[in-house]
Amino acid sequence: MEKFDKLQAIAAPLMRQNIDTDMVIRIERLRDLPRGKLGPYAFENARYKPDGSEAPEFILNRPPYRDAKLILAADNFGCGSSREAAVWALWDYGIRCVIAPSFGPIFYNNCFQNGLLPVILPLPVIEELVAEVEASQGTGQVSVDLEKCTVTSPSGKVTSFKLDEMRREAMLKGQDQIEQTRTRDPQIAAFQKADQKRFPWLYAARQ
Amino acid sequence: MAAKTLFDKIWDRHVIEQYADSYALLHISRHLMHDGGAGPLALNRSKGYTVRNPELTFATMDHAVSTEPGRTKATRSEFSQRLEEMRKETTIAGIELFDLGEPGQGIIHVIGPELGASLPGSFLVCGDSHTCTHGGMGAIAFGIGSSEVSHVLATQSLVQRRPMTMRVTYDGTPAPGVRPKDMILYLIGQIGTAGGTGYAVEYAGNAIRALPVEGRLTICNLSIELGAKIGMVAPDETTYEFLKGRRFAPQGELFDQAVADWRTLPSDPSARFDREVKIDMAKIAPQITWGTSPEHVVAVDQRIPDPGTVEDPDRRRAMEAALEYMGLKAGDRIAGTPIDWVFIGSCTNSRLSDLREAAALARGRKVAPHVTAWVVPGSETVKREAEAEGLDRIFKEAGFAWREPGCSLCLAYNGDRVPPGKRSVSTSNRNFVGRQGPGARTHLASPAMAAAAAIAGTIADVRSL
Repeated sequence: MEKFDKLQAIAAPLMRQNIDTDMVIRIERLRDLPRGKLGPYAFENARYKPDGSEAPEFILNRPPYRDAKLILAADNFGCGSSREAAVWALWDYGIRCVIAPSFGPIFYNNCFQNGLLPVILPLPVIEELVAEVEASQGTGQVSVDLEKCTVTSPSGKVTSFKLDEMRREAMLKGQDQIEQTRTRDPQIAAFQKADQKRFPWLYAARQ
Repeated sequence: MAAKTLFDKIWDRHVIEQYADSYALLHISRHLMHDGGAGPLALNRSKGYTVRNPELTFATMDHAVSTEPGRTKATRSEFSQRLEEMRKETTIAGIELFDLGEPGQGIIHVIGPELGASLPGSFLVCGDSHTCTHGGMGAIAFGIGSSEVSHVLATQSLVQRRPMTMRVTYDGTPAPGVRPKDMILYLIGQIGTAGGTGYAVEYAGNAIRALPVEGRLTICNLSIELGAKIGMVAPDETTYEFLKGRRFAPQGELFDQAVADWRTLPSDPSARFDREVKIDMAKIAPQITWGTSPEHVVAVDQRIPDPGTVEDPDRRRAMEAALEYMGLKAGDRIAGTPIDWVFIGSCTNSRLSDLREAAALARGRKVAPHVTAWVVPGSETVKREAEAEGLDRIFKEAGFAWREPGCSLCLAYNGDRVPPGKRSVSTSNRNFVGRQGPGARTHLASPAMAAAAAIAGTIADVRSL
């Protein structure tokens, strides 16, 4: 996993509630396209017209937002399907951070598995960021510092955000969770031995 | 000892190691897999990770399977490659796969309880957001992404942050025409699709206790549409009766031993929840969604709400976009809206009781001539049981198509699609843009409401039929 420490980038406001993972990546794309090739299909429904040409009004089709690495979103971003490809599609497009008041819970977890930082900030703070970004026609960049857990607006206004230390450290180091947990195999084995004694029916299906 | 909730009791049992900030390494007692699992299995194999506990893993095919009547294992579809990969990877890993045409095959969230694989007190995960369904058995169950699937395959564990707890208490008796689907859609309409974010939800109250297991599964199924990864119902006599004798449920003395333990699971009377919501059953009428989020829901006798009256601009924008996509006008009555398709199926509403509910309305009636109506049983077993009691004949005589088990039109990943611009009344769980096919317009409702719509040819009030 790629590390995340700092980001300074164009930020695209997508201020509509409940942007679901079906909107981020259509399920049909997951049949033929592997991770790494999903960028052109991120937000496909909104980004292209039925004839395949770009929808000029969609924010990521407008300069300078086309080069956004950061999304400013409204409540419940990434709700819906557990498809991790929603994170991959954003990543492949170039998005490295999403700032929203709340996230779909599975999407939120998936972000941390892939080095894409989801930041939770109160809606009024995000609205101020959007106002500044829009006032600069999108050229004003937003900065995120994970070491300090701060977001800085284009005008330099700094806001702190909270992130659990475990998550923060894993993102800063680009840690692979499977490798971490594999070091716990003796604990897992000991747990299973005791668990099987206490709750034998949980292990009885295939005996 | 401090009073504990149902959630607390099950969570605490599965902690292998407590980490900082409410994080823990948790043991996975059940890992369920569907046909999207071939990717993580192959990826882990390429890294040299073997499947740690294949005997605690259960797999089937559902998302990518054709539901064409008469389908067999040999039927080819545009997604056959997926199924072949799943057969190959589960064979290598030693994971039992319930394949097409075999009892046990079906939508993973239907077969888990049906096989007795989903047990009270278990900690169950699956790479699908509707895994919360199994909480209806009295388990902690939630959906995970494919990296977490890889983690579970390799280590039979997961690192998770302990969520807050919410209790939703439904008290009273359901009004005529009100089904479990209406109970949960109503709740989503009340607290919104982010209302449950960060919580594990327990559904309680006398209206929940009165429900059979299948109704509880329907309610828990839509927890994720409430923003909650986890939804659960405390196990009781109804649960034990349901599980008795099922293939993977404990048998004989072990069953009695298990039941004795399961009786200790319900929340202690003085247990505290971080949030409490009370629902009065008398206020719930049959529900139907009008927009592109499950929170865009009204009672079937109401009018489509006006975004102009909504103060929050983000919410207003979402409502305006939804009305445009759905081709509907604020202020119009939702009942009477002409429809083109009906889908009765999905992990929400494809169990035997759902099919009975729809068949009771279909009996002796006809699907409106302009409507394409499908019934897709949730599993091979549901299909066979429904056929044994003649439900398939009732549906076919009424003009419904009777298809093979799978996810079908819930997500349009299997060749089944609602055509662009067509309006569908669906018993599934998501009315998202394009969910049933690009440009398709979806209205979520109960099986009874869906059957009523098929017959009327419009969105219809089941109580008037």
